[in-house]
Amino acid sequence: MTEIIVVTSGKGGVGKTTSSASLAVGLAKRGKKVAVIDFDVGLRNLDLIMGCERRVVYDFVNVIHEECTLKQALIKDKRFDTLYVLAASQTRDKEALNKEGVERVLNELTAEGFDYVVCDSPAGIEKGASLAMYFADRAVVVVNPEVSSVRDSDRILGLLASKTRRAELGNGPVEQHLLLTRYNPDRVAGGDMMGIDDVKEILGIEVLGVIPESSGVLTASNAGVPVILDDLSEAGQAYDDAVARLTGETRPMRFIDAQKKGFFARIFGS
Amino acid sequence: MGLFDFLRSRPKNTASVAKERLRIIVAQERAQSGRPDYLPLLRREILEVIRKYVNVDPDAIDIHVEREGDSEVLELSVALPERDNSAGGGAATAASEA
Repeated sequence: MTEIIVVTSGKGGVGKTTSSASLAVGLAKRGKKVAVIDFDVGLRNLDLIMGCERRVVYDFVNVIHEECTLKQALIKDKRFDTLYVLAASQTRDKEALNKEGVERVLNELTAEGFDYVVCDSPAGIEKGASLAMYFADRAVVVVNPEVSSVRDSDRILGLLASKTRRAELGNGPVEQHLLLTRYNPDRVAGGDMMGIDDVKEILGIEVLGVIPESSGVLTASNAGVPVILDDLSEAGQAYDDAVARLTGETRPMRFIDAQKKGFFARIFGS
Repeated sequence: MGLFDFLRSRPKNTASVAKERLRIIVAQERAQSGRPDYLPLLRREILEVIRKYVNVDPDAIDIHVEREGDSEVLELSVALPERDNSAGGGAATAASEA
């Protein structure tokens, strides 16, 4: 049984691609067969975050337009045998995607015995984003604790409930999870940032994970190594917790409390 | 927090302001998204028909769908323009159960 997971947000720059890469790697690390697809046609970036940008020969749009086989376009990850990347086209636009083509690719991945297909959605609610979510069984909605991101997420949740195959066929709802990224516990404690419970209350769905703002995210993307592989960074560990929860484990939330400051730090500033 | 922050008065809790603003706008947008999407077209066509007979203002038509238990009520109200002999304006309201 293949599970299709869309990583989406509405708003851009909240961490969809970073999250897609880390979730896919985390699942593959657990021995699952995983394909991660970049739906951001025209502005591909998943290949860079995954570190396979120089090995892209064929892309998702080539497969959809039957200019190559799926097998030719799937890029096998160098670190995990069971992980494959399907890059977006850099030269076409989002109109190059169509529902029938996407469905054919997903059916083929199902037939190939993939356990998970992670769909990295583009920002916005246009064609690329709506196709990324259409076939999903589960959705990971990436949200920053910030007003515009939360509002856009609510819009996306509405679309997930109405404009997906599951909604149209009445096959039960798409399972929805929130992934809070760029979380800054110190600012939450100081009353300058909405906390986990605030966001959860407004959007009304469960929180899969909380990824703290971390310098590890930038260094990971610089190197083309998904941050989940950086065991030392808080963000990497938090992504690993999120993947564990995605596969049914129960893990407590970490890195959500403000750092306790010593007397001198308090007086002289951090 | 540095020495000077200590002396400054505590700023307002901006996170709770954000939360309150979001609570309102999200509730409003959710209510709107539940409305049937034919309403704007219906409104425009009704307006065209009415304008064949009476010259009403484009903003004079108000359409609401309200849920009352299991039934939905489509409420349509048209504000008619004031007559020249200043007999006063009138409003016609039609309600139909859907």
